[in-house]
Amino acid sequence: MTRRFLHRLVQILPTALGALVLVFVLLRIVPGDPAAAMLGVSATPESVQALRTQLGLDRPLWRQFLDYVGGLIRLDLGTSLAFRVPVAQLLAQALGPTLLLALGGTVVSVLIGVPTGVVAALNRGKPIDQLVSVLALVGISLPVFVWGVVLLVLFTLHWRVLPASGLGEGVGGTLKALVLPSLATGMFLAGLVSRITRSSVLGVLGQDYVRTAWAKGLEPMHVFRRHVLRNALIPVVTVVGLNMGTLLGGVVVVEGIFARPGLGRLLLDAIYARDYPLIQGIVLVSVLMTILLNQLVDLLYTLLDPRVAA
Amino acid sequence: MGRRGFAGGWETSAVRRLRRAIGGSWILWIASGFVILLGAVAFLAPYLRLTDPFAQSLERLAPPSPEHPFGTDRLGRDVFSRTVWATRYALAVGIGTVGVGGTVGTLWGMAAGFSGPFVQEALSRLVDVFLSFPPLILAMVVVTLIGNGVFPVVVALSFGVAPRFARVARAVVLAVRVQGYVEAARALGASSPRILVRHILPNTLDALIVLATLTVPTAILTEALLSFLGIGIVEPTPTWGNIASMGQMVLREAPWVVFAPSLVLLLTVLSFNLLGDAVRDALDPTVSRGVWMRRVERADLEPEPARIASRRIPAG
Repeated sequence: MTRRFLHRLVQILPTALGALVLVFVLLRIVPGDPAAAMLGVSATPESVQALRTQLGLDRPLWRQFLDYVGGLIRLDLGTSLAFRVPVAQLLAQALGPTLLLALGGTVVSVLIGVPTGVVAALNRGKPIDQLVSVLALVGISLPVFVWGVVLLVLFTLHWRVLPASGLGEGVGGTLKALVLPSLATGMFLAGLVSRITRSSVLGVLGQDYVRTAWAKGLEPMHVFRRHVLRNALIPVVTVVGLNMGTLLGGVVVVEGIFARPGLGRLLLDAIYARDYPLIQGIVLVSVLMTILLNQLVDLLYTLLDPRVAA
Repeated sequence: MGRRGFAGGWETSAVRRLRRAIGGSWILWIASGFVILLGAVAFLAPYLRLTDPFAQSLERLAPPSPEHPFGTDRLGRDVFSRTVWATRYALAVGIGTVGVGGTVGTLWGMAAGFSGPFVQEALSRLVDVFLSFPPLILAMVVVTLIGNGVFPVVVALSFGVAPRFARVARAVVLAVRVQGYVEAARALGASSPRILVRHILPNTLDALIVLATLTVPTAILTEALLSFLGIGIVEPTPTWGNIASMGQMVLREAPWVVFAPSLVLLLTVLSFNLLGDAVRDALDPTVSRGVWMRRVERADLEPEPARIASRRIPAG
């Protein structure tokens, strides 16, 4: 397991390095002068020049790149222009709530997607199958903000049972504040998981070894748990892993709607304020997070399918 | 071989397979009807004698009525008219993104699949790098850098779409380039570009069309998210995302401002997704079919012998 993990880490290194370079390039091909863009039309030439010096934009490109890489190694991502504190500090504060929400969204998607997909597959062609298929399709067709707004209306304006915003206090409060955002985040993925589970279970049900298990006279639940579900879940894990990026995108929107502090909220603030160092830091973290979460989900394979571990 | 060559042969067989697949499914007919309606509305919006979508009035947050079917927003603008006009921008973004991102990505993938090991490795690594960015966050950053509006959004979304096309195109090219008929064309002295265009591109079409149909709803959805966040296509230009965004502020007093454009957005994305699934089921026999599809006989999925012959004969 450890060896496998290290091996994976080495494998993702080129992609991560490429992403670092891409972020650097992206933020420096801005048409015009980023310093002027950040300060707006009322800026004096002196203040623009001062900001250029502060950001290091007056230095040659290769020098900027070296500074950037050197800073990364020292975990120094520059200073936020809007908040006037180190970017690394802001990221450290925001990372926890965002990871928690991403986890919440994943849990919701699996808890809703897997059972509904299984039920649909076992009742193939019956009305319940069609109902699940419609709901799953609606799930992946509804934008995150609609889920957010609907949940907000129902649970905070109408029934007033759950908090509308913030992170909550204590363990109970944190979990309570996590429910609605997790649902909003996870619904898109839930639809996807449901569809994949359905087709995956159908595929496994047709396998010879399942027929053999039935023929041996095994208990239906035993056949289902040991032979069908376990194998059917492998593609589900792949889909969840591949969609970590989309999930993080959803987190951004949900944090905006529920006024939840986190990376997404921070990114929106940074974008509205044209705070380039902060934008750069957040994009970096979100890319690294996507890559790592993707690998983490991938490692779950080993638990589900011992053949992969070899 | 004449103009009908490979693409012609592909076209007729695919259309036939698709028609056979949609055949008896009423829900797919409804979805197709809705997409056609959207196209018509988008095209004819200026001639529909709608209320001016930009005209503000004192009738603020008015509930839905015969005069204002979707009510009015905070500035007294007619939400129905704005929602109808927004169709133009949604479709423009959806189709534009497939056009720009799809073209760039296909060229990227074909170049990767058809070049030597070093270039191929570099181009494929680049795909991995782009794919490691959360699509929405990448689009947010690009829009911030290049500005708001329809074309910037198309460019921003293409950053996420192109690598997906590249990956698919590369995979197909790698599979096709070792086929006998490509070898034969080369032996007959066909140049690389000719082989690429006449022999390899037509075989990537199935996979790319599936991807394209499924990219349209994703692009429309992502544009709505960007506009909802206030950084995609911005006010006063009406888009479903920014109408909903304005509506979120008056959620309590005027829920219709959020829900009317959201409902249209839902129906749009749903229809495109349904059609996308149908296209995928019709063109890609390896994927299991959704419940909406008429059972396709196994023979339907096998290309007819004549078609195989017309595909295999080198055109050199």
